[in-house]
Amino acid sequence: MSNDLAVPPEIPKEDGRPKWDNKFQYILSCIGFAVGLGNVWRFPYLCQIHGGGAFLIPYFIALIFEGIPLLHLELALGQCLRKGSIGAWNTISPYLGGVGAGSWMVSVLVSLYYNTVLTWVMWYFINSFQEPLPWSVCPLNENRTGLNKECYESTAVNYFWYRKTLNITPDVTESGTLQWWLILCLATCWAIVYLCTIRGIETTGKAIYVTAIFPYLVLTIFLIQGLTLPGATDGLAYLFTPNLSTLKNPRVWLDAATQIFFSLSLAFGGLIAFSSYNPPKNDCEKDAVTVAIVNSMTSIYASIPVFSVLGFKATTGYWDCLDRNIINIINEFDLPEESIMRQNYTAWISFLNSSYPEKIAGLKLKSCDLQEFLDQSVSGTGLAFIIFTQAIILMPGSQAWAILFFIMLFSLGLSSMFGNIEGVFTPLLELRIISKSVPKELLSGIICLICFLIALCFTLGSGSYWIDIFDRYAGSLPLLVIAFFEVVGVVYVYKIKRFSEDVKRMTGRKPNLYWQITWRFISPLLLLIVFVAFVTLQIQKSPSYAAWNPKYVCFPMKEEKVYPPWVLAICVLLAVLPCVFVPLVALFQLIKRTCRSKDPSCVPPEVFSCQGANSNFSHPKE
Amino acid sequence: MLRVLLLTLSVVAVADAELCKPDAQNAFKVRLSIKTALGDNAYAWDANEEYLFKAMMAFAMRKYSRKSTTQISNVLLCNVTDRVSFWFVVTDSSKNVSTVPGSEVEAAIRMNRHRINNAFLLSDKTLQFLKITSTLSPPVEPSTPVWLIVFGVVLCLIVAGIVLLVVTGIRKHKKKNKESTERENLEEKGEVTVTVENGIPCEALDFKAGHVNGVFAADDERFTSL
Repeated sequence: MSNDLAVPPEIPKEDGRPKWDNKFQYILSCIGFAVGLGNVWRFPYLCQIHGGGAFLIPYFIALIFEGIPLLHLELALGQCLRKGSIGAWNTISPYLGGVGAGSWMVSVLVSLYYNTVLTWVMWYFINSFQEPLPWSVCPLNENRTGLNKECYESTAVNYFWYRKTLNITPDVTESGTLQWWLILCLATCWAIVYLCTIRGIETTGKAIYVTAIFPYLVLTIFLIQGLTLPGATDGLAYLFTPNLSTLKNPRVWLDAATQIFFSLSLAFGGLIAFSSYNPPKNDCEKDAVTVAIVNSMTSIYASIPVFSVLGFKATTGYWDCLDRNIINIINEFDLPEESIMRQNYTAWISFLNSSYPEKIAGLKLKSCDLQEFLDQSVSGTGLAFIIFTQAIILMPGSQAWAILFFIMLFSLGLSSMFGNIEGVFTPLLELRIISKSVPKELLSGIICLICFLIALCFTLGSGSYWIDIFDRYAGSLPLLVIAFFEVVGVVYVYKIKRFSEDVKRMTGRKPNLYWQITWRFISPLLLLIVFVAFVTLQIQKSPSYAAWNPKYVCFPMKEEKVYPPWVLAICVLLAVLPCVFVPLVALFQLIKRTCRSKDPSCVPPEVFSCQGANSNFSHPKE
Repeated sequence: MLRVLLLTLSVVAVADAELCKPDAQNAFKVRLSIKTALGDNAYAWDANEEYLFKAMMAFAMRKYSRKSTTQISNVLLCNVTDRVSFWFVVTDSSKNVSTVPGSEVEAAIRMNRHRINNAFLLSDKTLQFLKITSTLSPPVEPSTPVWLIVFGVVLCLIVAGIVLLVVTGIRKHKKKNKESTERENLEEKGEVTVTVENGIPCEALDFKAGHVNGVFAADDERFTSL
């Protein structure tokens, strides 16, 4: 065509689809999406409770047989079809459109509650500028005669988290009131998300340079600082000492498989959206391996400073326990100061116990055991907002450490939010219900506004219980189901041979035996086993939650409560809703087909293939 | 004479021992943690320090009640241990062999606690009067909570960024619209001010294209090399 001779002023986007400024931006976005809060506060905990270094064995096995194949599949899919999750799956087969819809639904649900976790991080961040840190001191009670009762009985850190931040109610059924400070922070967080995703990948691509790289800087700083703290080596030894006998427990393997799966953010549709903005000829195989390995390495790298700090905290707690006992003994026996030090404590104790057993018994000394302090393991929000904040108070220059730590958490969460929002945004842009004249800024603004309004529920007094529910039910089970159907759909419906040809055209080489075996047999089988094991485990224990109830008999221990039936119904709804799209859409398409096949004037639509799509985009000079 | 002196001294000593003993009436236990407070600069607790303590107690009693005529000799210390802890009582010279009520001593100490602490370079925690609890000082709260200020700064930055991006987006949109309407207008008018060949404006064409056929010239490999 003669038009091809024209040299236009700028190289056009072939199909008007935005694209990444460079390959590095794309890789960084995928890494940022995969590397999230879970790498910092879930992986170290799993390492700790499942035998330290031994956990790395099931973890890497799961990475090789489940993580990397699924990641490659999603990236190749998006790059080949150049559409978001809904469009991509509709294109593969109209019967599989439900998979895309399910992914989209999960992305929506997760975006809602994930940003509320970032709200808590932001609240702690803006409170870190105070001297002294507000979670280090207990406030006085009303008549100024002593410390606030709830704070005194638990700790200042617990009080700040449960009362000053969440203002938590003792039961999930008691909603409490909206916490205005959390609403302000939630609005700010959604404003930040809007600012960064306002024009899709044009803006997130710029923001990702900061939000994906900054956490590594802070982790390095914490690593250096953490290793200089006393007791860091105890913590690290505790973390990495392998205990191979734990590998006999199937729970360990299940945790490794689920951790890899959720850590790589598979089945959200975000990865498909990211890779759909790639040029068609891009080595997605290398990308997948890179992203997966960087994600795992980040988890391991993050666990070093986390455990240095936890070791420091345990050691400080142990020393405090010893010091308290020593002071009590010195005061009771009127011994000179510094006569009993931590080193000769045990010698002294045995001596005094033999000479004055009744006096020692009367003192009611607590037994101080370093192992016990190290064994206190917590994951999730407890690790960040209670344990770590307590450790930060003990470090010199605590404001700076607190500010750094919370900015790091915020960046980690924000880069994951970009992926979630892209998973919601990209399919909507392609749906024909939204006209082309609607500017992207307006659409992203509407999405952020609607999500903000719905997420206001999480700022209620019972909000954190609801976030736990969303995390446990909406952000776990449906992903396994969707991923299973993804693999099965591509391998057996789209047919693996065709997919291999597409990948060959994109990367320049045919997928080798490893990919063939894992895609065809190992990954679907693994996913099925993990799904069944997961469901079995969930059903076995009746769903309960730990409530913070100041009026509880054993306060400050948390009270174990059972979910009431209506909450259980919501849990089931959350888990089932995204999954139900798969059969529903398939059924709908089947009915449509049978109705259409009865109408002879209708021409059946062509089966799509990557090859057909790319032949339209002929470049004059390739 | 000597015997009388010895007798009075022993009587006084016995009386003192009666007045000042652990858990005696109106007696207070004091505990000092000098090494904890001062570390390497810690001073040793000797008779001179005890003298200073007695002086501070007498000072406190005098400051508390103007009528008081407490002398250093009125303050009795006993049971000094290596911990550095001891008991003390304040006797009343006007009344024979009796001690000042504990409530008065407590009130005097509370009033002058700061001065007493400073005399020994210690604090409430390291110079403990075991029966006298220190009043808690209320935490310093600034008029506007600090977090609101930080929050305001962060929010302003974000809103500024959003407004900037939205305005640039609207401007780009308007420019694109203006360009497309201009081009439409040009094409509508019969007079084509832009010479077009095959639908391509002449200006966009490479000037050489009129003389050299780009399709053939670009393909250098077709020409056999000389």
